Amino acid sequence: MSLFSLLGAVEIGLIFALVALGVYISFRLLRFPDLTVDGSFPLGGAVCAVMIVAGFNPWMATLGATLAGAAAGLLTGWLNVRLKIMDLLASILMMIGLYSVNLRIMDGPNIPLITEPTLFTQLQPEGMEDYVLRPLVLLVIVVLAKVLLDWFFATERGLAIRATGSNARMARAQGINTGAMVLLGMAISNALVGLAGALFVQTQGGADISMGIGTIVIGLAAVIVGESILPSRRIVWATLAVVLGAIVYRFFIAAALNSDFIGLKAQDLNLVTAVLVTLALVLPQLKRKLNARVS
Amino acid sequence: MLSAQDLRLTFNPGTPIETKALRGLSLEIPTGQFVTVIGSNGAGKSTFLNSVSGDQSVDGGTIKIDGLDVTNMPVWSRAERVARVFQDPMAGTCEDLTIEENMALAQCRGRFRKLSRAVKAEMRDLFRERLAMLGLGLENRLTDRIGLLSGGQRQAISLLMAALQPSRILLLDEHTAALDPRTADFVLQLTCRIVEESKLTTMMVTHSMRQALDVGSRTIMLHQGQVVLDVSGEERARMDVPDLLQMFEKVRGEKLSDDALLLG
Repeated sequence: MSLFSLLGAVEIGLIFALVALGVYISFRLLRFPDLTVDGSFPLGGAVCAVMIVAGFNPWMATLGATLAGAAAGLLTGWLNVRLKIMDLLASILMMIGLYSVNLRIMDGPNIPLITEPTLFTQLQPEGMEDYVLRPLVLLVIVVLAKVLLDWFFATERGLAIRATGSNARMARAQGINTGAMVLLGMAISNALVGLAGALFVQTQGGADISMGIGTIVIGLAAVIVGESILPSRRIVWATLAVVLGAIVYRFFIAAALNSDFIGLKAQDLNLVTAVLVTLALVLPQLKRKLNARVS
Repeated sequence: MLSAQDLRLTFNPGTPIETKALRGLSLEIPTGQFVTVIGSNGAGKSTFLNSVSGDQSVDGGTIKIDGLDVTNMPVWSRAERVARVFQDPMAGTCEDLTIEENMALAQCRGRFRKLSRAVKAEMRDLFRERLAMLGLGLENRLTDRIGLLSGGQRQAISLLMAALQPSRILLLDEHTAALDPRTADFVLQLTCRIVEESKLTTMMVTHSMRQALDVGSRTIMLHQGQVVLDVSGEERARMDVPDLLQMFEKVRGEKLSDDALLLG
């Protein structure tokens, strides 16, 4: 693997680390199986691209995308909490609905950003290659997000969200408005995904309606890979695991696609993802069975 | 003070499995009183407790806590006034969180949850001091996940948690039923100690007639969603389990075996 493709893998890995942090909040902390992600990722991308093309500062566009993601998460939570629609179904409804919303926002299937200013072109110092700069900027953003989440989930409010996911009845008995905590958690989760979408379009040179397909699986894969590298329920370690998982997962994919002898092509990406996630889910069970037989 | 007036609740109304769980139940518990509640299976004990905590909304009647009508308040907004320990030892704590995090949740009961650190240094000292009361060595395990503890240990912590913040009423729903006899006894002693120390208004559902008479200062019996027996003071002090059974039969005019009550 060349330095170029190595840094490329790190770059995409860091973007999906934000998705993975979001998925960790919904799936693990809130125990809310949330597929909204497949819609909020391209939503973030679409909002960001449209705002940049309209002449907004790329930072403002990125902020706008983050808020759009939060709104999507809030709506999924609302469908579940207020309208009592089953969590998984509520998120599928949002995912489907967002597809049309994204097409409307972009007014077409894609928006190129190749000639437009981005976060990265604005920060570009003289004499530094863009493929070196991008992973660096992303690293700073991901570390900031991780530290902020670590802080938040150790506060009274953050702990209330964790209690809601862990034991909702107990949380209510302790005076926690669990419905509101689901809304808040879902908003934070999808805000991270919207942010990831915005960064994705700015590194990839444009937004595309199909960019969201499989986002949830990649996010979940990162969470699962991370948890097997670094198993811990402490938030500080768990968020680190999730970030590492996203990057390691991306390396696997890059390695698989770059190895000529395996004969995989770029279009096999989703299948490779599905197979990897399946393996990651099945291996711990097999390991347990083997251990049980040995002892 | 708890005041329940004419509570009515029917499950599955208009269907073949219609059950009248509460049929005009009325009860007043003055401040500081420790009441034990007994009754056979389906008498409405848990339903009554759940309607006081807000887990179950009633079809009719009013529930007032210290004069405040809480009948239509959701569970979480009643929590400022109501503390509770569940029957299932796993239900009262979050297994994914540490001992100190669980206690910090209870330390915030009924308060607005801010963006300040949930577990503060001075809180740890308080938690250690309270846990030391149990004599189980848990004061040295603040950062252990609570899921690692046994049911009895978790139930004991649930009790401590219920008493961390002042409440107007403490609800105990057969909270020793799922424990082995020795642990159950330990948790019961602890209950009496905490209730005594903090002078808590308490309502304890129990399936044991013995326990119902030994603990607290007043015993009520529910049957078919109503209070059918209410004894306290001298009368209660002179009572024994057979008397209780006899009185029950007299009130209801029907024969009932001790088993049916014990299994309740």
